[in-house]
Amino acid sequence: MLEQSQPMENKVLLDSQHVHITIERLCYQLIENHHHFDHSVIIGIQPRGIYFSSRIHQKLKEIIGKADIKHGFLDITFHRDDFRRRDEPLVPSATHIDFVIEDKNVILVDDVLYTGRTIRAALDAILAFGRPRNVELMVLIDRKFSRQLPIQADYIGASVDSLTSQRVKVNWQETDGKDEVILYTPIKVS
Amino acid sequence: MESLSVRHLLGIKGLTSRDVELILNTAQQFKDIINRPIKKVPSLRDVTVANMFFENSTRTRLSFELAEKRLSADVINFSSSGSSVSKGETLVDTANNILAMKVDMIVMRHPNPGASIFLARELQKYPKSAHAQIINAGDGTHEHPTQALLDAYSIRENLGELAGKKIAIIGDIMHSRVALSNIYCLKLMGAEVMVCGPTTLIPKYIGSLGVKIEHDLMKALQWCDVANMLRIQLERQQLKYFPSLREYALYFGLNRKKLELLNKKIVIMHPGPINRGVEITSDVADSGHSIILDQVENGVAVRMAILYLLAGKTGS
Repeated sequence: MLEQSQPMENKVLLDSQHVHITIERLCYQLIENHHHFDHSVIIGIQPRGIYFSSRIHQKLKEIIGKADIKHGFLDITFHRDDFRRRDEPLVPSATHIDFVIEDKNVILVDDVLYTGRTIRAALDAILAFGRPRNVELMVLIDRKFSRQLPIQADYIGASVDSLTSQRVKVNWQETDGKDEVILYTPIKVS
Repeated sequence: MESLSVRHLLGIKGLTSRDVELILNTAQQFKDIINRPIKKVPSLRDVTVANMFFENSTRTRLSFELAEKRLSADVINFSSSGSSVSKGETLVDTANNILAMKVDMIVMRHPNPGASIFLARELQKYPKSAHAQIINAGDGTHEHPTQALLDAYSIRENLGELAGKKIAIIGDIMHSRVALSNIYCLKLMGAEVMVCGPTTLIPKYIGSLGVKIEHDLMKALQWCDVANMLRIQLERQQLKYFPSLREYALYFGLNRKKLELLNKKIVIMHPGPINRGVEITSDVADSGHSIILDQVENGVAVRMAILYLLAGKTGS
């Protein structure tokens, strides 16, 4: 979470046009591996990954010209490893998966890959719905060298080197009025 | 970050409308989970819960136990019959002993009104027990907060919202903890509440809670969107409050004939256990109007939400 009280310097990593180009490139990469998506499903991770996954889903439908690519949302709140290690419990979002994932190729989609703990929880959560044939990970931003678990993405929009004190925020037209990725750096007050 | 304003759930009194809203919204996610093939999540895997039941219970005890297990908590069950309570061990000593075995939460049902409030207060005096969180699963004729919350959830699920809805609570209001908790909860969420029953079973002060009072069942049914039928609690009645069960059933029992006289469809609820043929007949209890078994299903989801929100609250 961004602490509003702290003074921050912000730098745009990807602007609106870049975000669109990146989404298109990622879609073609997906098509290379998944062809017509007959045995593949896209699952966005709540709360912030669903905007990215919805864009990917929309773009794929346009490119392939196929309306029924399976797309769902996964909430990982109850599978997190920091329950009772933070002051307050996190409020869950909705999970919406109305198709079978048994024996399917699952593409997990999130906006930022940082410590890898969210993805660990997502892998745990997804197993409650069945045994997928394989699971891949797509992220818009990969914060390199900050992983706490051995988890890497298969499809990456952009990689950034960042410090722990920095924050990466992905904004979407739907919620923030503009598509862009911003790197926040706290300003040292001497 | 949103979280409950309380550390224990001792009653609905003391909760805010945001607390209730948070519990109901969280319960929605748990209801999804308990309808999946794998009904379990790992959230409470490092939490141990003791269910202390000093009074009989079927639904509440099983519902809590299932809720705890589906959150992956470790569960121990204690019931006063067959325990050292019969040898004279006090409530506080019993709780301290259970907590000494590294238990984090206590779910308690007790025949004495205010028992869970008393326990929560007393345990603060013992440094080794002060960490414990208490959930009231019914204390005598005082409160039964989880029942009120699952009732609120079930009404919201059926009618879309609580604000502005008319709920009639019918029967033994005097001895009912469900009635008191329901009144607090429904009023908090902006619903209108009416109590209906024989004059002897409606406490004098009840009007001060802002509820309507009615002694004619048909008028109450005509007014309401939801009728919550309560059981006559003979085990708590030391006096005769009405001439006979048969006469009670005649005037305050709900049957198909009375429902058919209404020119609208109302939702029928009952917290259980049902005395068929007294407050409600079988053809009504088992009809399409009745959401009695939905209430039981929702009970697990609502209790999971309460356990999750309380157990996650480690900050002061």
